[in-house]
Amino acid sequence: MKLELKKFHLKEKIDLQKKDWVLISIIIFVAGLAFLLHHFIGGKGAGCVTVKVEGEIQGVYSLAEDQVIEINDGTNILEIRNGTADVTGADCPDKLCVNQKAISKNGESIICLPNKVVVTVDSSENSEFDAVAQ
Amino acid sequence: MKNEVAYFGVFTALALIFSYVETLIPISFGIPGVKLGLANLIVVIALYKIALKEAYLLSVVRVLLAGFLFGNYFSIIYSLAGALLSLTVMAVLKKAGGFSIIGVSIAGGVFHNIGQLFVAMLVVETFRVAYYVPVLLTAGLLTGCVIGILSREMLRRLAHWRAEG
Repeated sequence: MKLELKKFHLKEKIDLQKKDWVLISIIIFVAGLAFLLHHFIGGKGAGCVTVKVEGEIQGVYSLAEDQVIEINDGTNILEIRNGTADVTGADCPDKLCVNQKAISKNGESIICLPNKVVVTVDSSENSEFDAVAQ
Repeated sequence: MKNEVAYFGVFTALALIFSYVETLIPISFGIPGVKLGLANLIVVIALYKIALKEAYLLSVVRVLLAGFLFGNYFSIIYSLAGALLSLTVMAVLKKAGGFSIIGVSIAGGVFHNIGQLFVAMLVVETFRVAYYVPVLLTAGLLTGCVIGILSREMLRRLAHWRAEG
């Protein structure tokens, strides 16, 4: 059978119409707006770390703002940068907490046993969804 | 009548195959949950080629079958919300007129993601997932555009074909 592509005469519109461009503009506008809103207003909801010493909460710090926190009068130094928390200094001999990688996702923690310091991320914000939709 | 049943079967089979092909393509957009949505190609074509009622049925059957075969309980709920909202918006835009196939498909892609986001909000019980909105809108725009162009080319070649047979 000869395959022929007959002249296209769908009754529907083929090329992008004016309304399409309006639709695309609206989507981009809303996306941009949502991004800006989240960037400027929702920043504080970007997750936080809880610092515990001997099981008692010493402080809760936002991951959104860069800061350096001295835990336990300086036995451990917690540095928050670019939404991740990392212990950068400790007076303990083994430095295990310093060697642990920076944390940012919900439930991750850095623990310093000698000083009984536990740093945990407490927000569902950055947790990765594990259900995959088809 | 006989033909309609047969065509519906073919559409379902195609949608299912595309769902399967989708799981084979190792395209990663670097963002979890973002994918091309090849099966939507069939839904868009069904929207233009068969009755709306059947397009809905096709969409639901497709999601259930693909969900049971390749997914899980959660993925079915997510997909169903996305697929139904997406098809509804596409049908409305098509009926409203003035939109090209690409425009209709873009709206479908975007609202597919929005529907899933709503379910995610209900499941996680937080509005915090809203931070994902810009990503999902942009992703829906791009994938909807690709699917729209593909649908247009397919519809162009099916211009003389009618399901009523």
